Amino acid sequence: MAFICVVPVHLPQESLLIPLLEHISSSFHRETRIVFLPIDPSFAYDHSRKQHNSSLLLAKLVDIKPKDALRIVGVTDLDLFIPILTFVFGEAQLSGPASIVSTQRLRNEFYGLPKNDGLLQQRLEKEAIHELGHTFGLVHCRNDLCVMRPSTYVENIDLKPPQLCYSCLKTIDEKLKAIPP
Amino acid sequence: MENIDVGILVVDDELVVRDSLYNWFKEDGYRVDTAEDAKMALKKLQESSWDIVLLDIKMPGMDGMELQKRIKEIDANMIVIMITAYASVDTAVQALKEGAFDYITKPFDPDDMGHLIRNAVAQRKLTEENIQLRQKIDELSKFDEIIGDSPAMKRVFELVETVAQSDATVVIHGESGTGKELVARAVHSNSPRRYFPIIPVNCGALPEGILESEIFGHEKGAFTGAQYRRKGKLEMADGGTLFLDEISSIGTKTQMDLLRALETKQFTRLGGTKEITVDFRIICATNQNLEKMVEEGTFREDLYYRINVFSIYLPPLRERRSDIPLLANHFAQKYALAMNKKITQISPGALDLLVQHDWPGNVRELENAIERAMVVGKPPRIMAEDLPFQLSAKKTDLTSDSLEEIEKTHIQHILERMEWNITRSAEVLKIDRVTLYNKIKKYGLKR
Ligand SMILES: [Zn+2]
Ligand SMILES: [Zn+2]
Repeated sequence: MAFICVVPVHLPQESLLIPLLEHISSSFHRETRIVFLPIDPSFAYDHSRKQHNSSLLLAKLVDIKPKDALRIVGVTDLDLFIPILTFVFGEAQLSGPASIVSTQRLRNEFYGLPKNDGLLQQRLEKEAIHELGHTFGLVHCRNDLCVMRPSTYVENIDLKPPQLCYSCLKTIDEKLKAIPP
Repeated sequence: MENIDVGILVVDDELVVRDSLYNWFKEDGYRVDTAEDAKMALKKLQESSWDIVLLDIKMPGMDGMELQKRIKEIDANMIVIMITAYASVDTAVQALKEGAFDYITKPFDPDDMGHLIRNAVAQRKLTEENIQLRQKIDELSKFDEIIGDSPAMKRVFELVETVAQSDATVVIHGESGTGKELVARAVHSNSPRRYFPIIPVNCGALPEGILESEIFGHEKGAFTGAQYRRKGKLEMADGGTLFLDEISSIGTKTQMDLLRALETKQFTRLGGTKEITVDFRIICATNQNLEKMVEEGTFREDLYYRINVFSIYLPPLRERRSDIPLLANHFAQKYALAMNKKITQISPGALDLLVQHDWPGNVRELENAIERAMVVGKPPRIMAEDLPFQLSAKKTDLTSDSLEEIEKTHIQHILERMEWNITRSAEVLKIDRVTLYNKIKKYGLKR
């Protein structure tokens, strides 16, 4: 049975994953499981940027994805980058199997603000759905009330809801119909 | 423009840069492709159309700077964004001077990139709208509005074409209703200034003081009631054409200011001290004999010579009767369309009347007559009785049986109509000027 696989990659705060599972499975109507896989992310570390290369981690996730998993999403607290950008909240393969999200810049503490776990949880859920949305072929959406709206800074994430808009839902339903649960 | 309609080409020798930009734009829903060098880029630029090219400045072989030049040769409106490392910001600045839209330094902030692309798309859209607008203007730049096939009108078209190419001031002479403004617009819309406005001012309709502020604008408090600063028509015509209709009506003060503005291309607003520089062309129109006004001292001689660089004489309708059927049919079609009436013809009787009539109000009078006939007339054609005048009512001054008396009256009549312009009167009478002078002397004709 095809399921969505959530993999912690250097994530001390594993408690974040439980509500996340729920949210992913209700968003995509697919069983969602946490799978602990051995990943040492140090190979993706860039010494000059003091960040981890998100694309390299993504490639690794593709390699280790369980065969029966429909999609894989890595969750990490490492600060991620791609070579041309100063940072990314996450990365996904458009219509591909893998995606990754980072909690690093979703934390209030990163911006010198008081810790807020509730807010962190919400942001993580939105970004995970967003990146998974890409793996199901969704591109960015202009609707303000859609999780597929692109966010280039954290306040943007707070402005959008954790769900897909009607039009994105319709698109994704078509895709999901083709994949039996 | 939807994102999918925007084509972005990424040119960079580094695979990771190409890949990450490709993914980034793909997720945003853009149509995107990549090229690893200038050669490949040029090939892709020729194969399909692109709106934005992201270009790495440093590449082996032909570098980004050189490639930008080549791209601009292919499409001058292409949006080129330079990708640079910190070390080559100087080069990026050089690229901007050579027409790049912007540059972005690796690695860039996701938010900056988002903004940059949105701005670039907006710019591209604007350029395309401008191109469309220009095409529309170019389509309008014929003489569609001016109808005529007579030798006199063919001459007018020739003159319009000649003078449109120059920046010379033009005076259009003609009775009211002959379509002087249409000719002014034709000159403007066939001139290099056509992408800028033509601003008309009806000098005859405004009292001197108001006319002055209308043309030159005024500062706040320049006169009672001047509560705001106001730009004049001259400033609005910057880059374009100022059309002064009924130029003979302007007062001496405005004549002087206008002369100065013509000579220096500079002026000040009423109540202001700041010199304003404007690039404009002036086209004037008059139904008065300016030469005569100069002789009488009511129009400045120096201004007259300034504006009368080139003159176009628009003949009255009765001097080009052969155009009347053409014009009448044109207006009939125009109003049939506007009124949604199925009147498509003008009866021979009605046409005969139209050609016979003297049309003191010229083309405008003819248009009004046709409009009225279209209202009262019934499909499928306009009949003689639909016209506001009848042949029997045609006024004749011929009270005498003597041929000499008839000739005298007729010459007097034509001279008055031509405002005693001997050349034109002789043309209308189809005699030479010497003969006309002799007849004026013989019959003792006076103004
Ligand atoms: Zn996204
Ligand atoms: Zn959406």
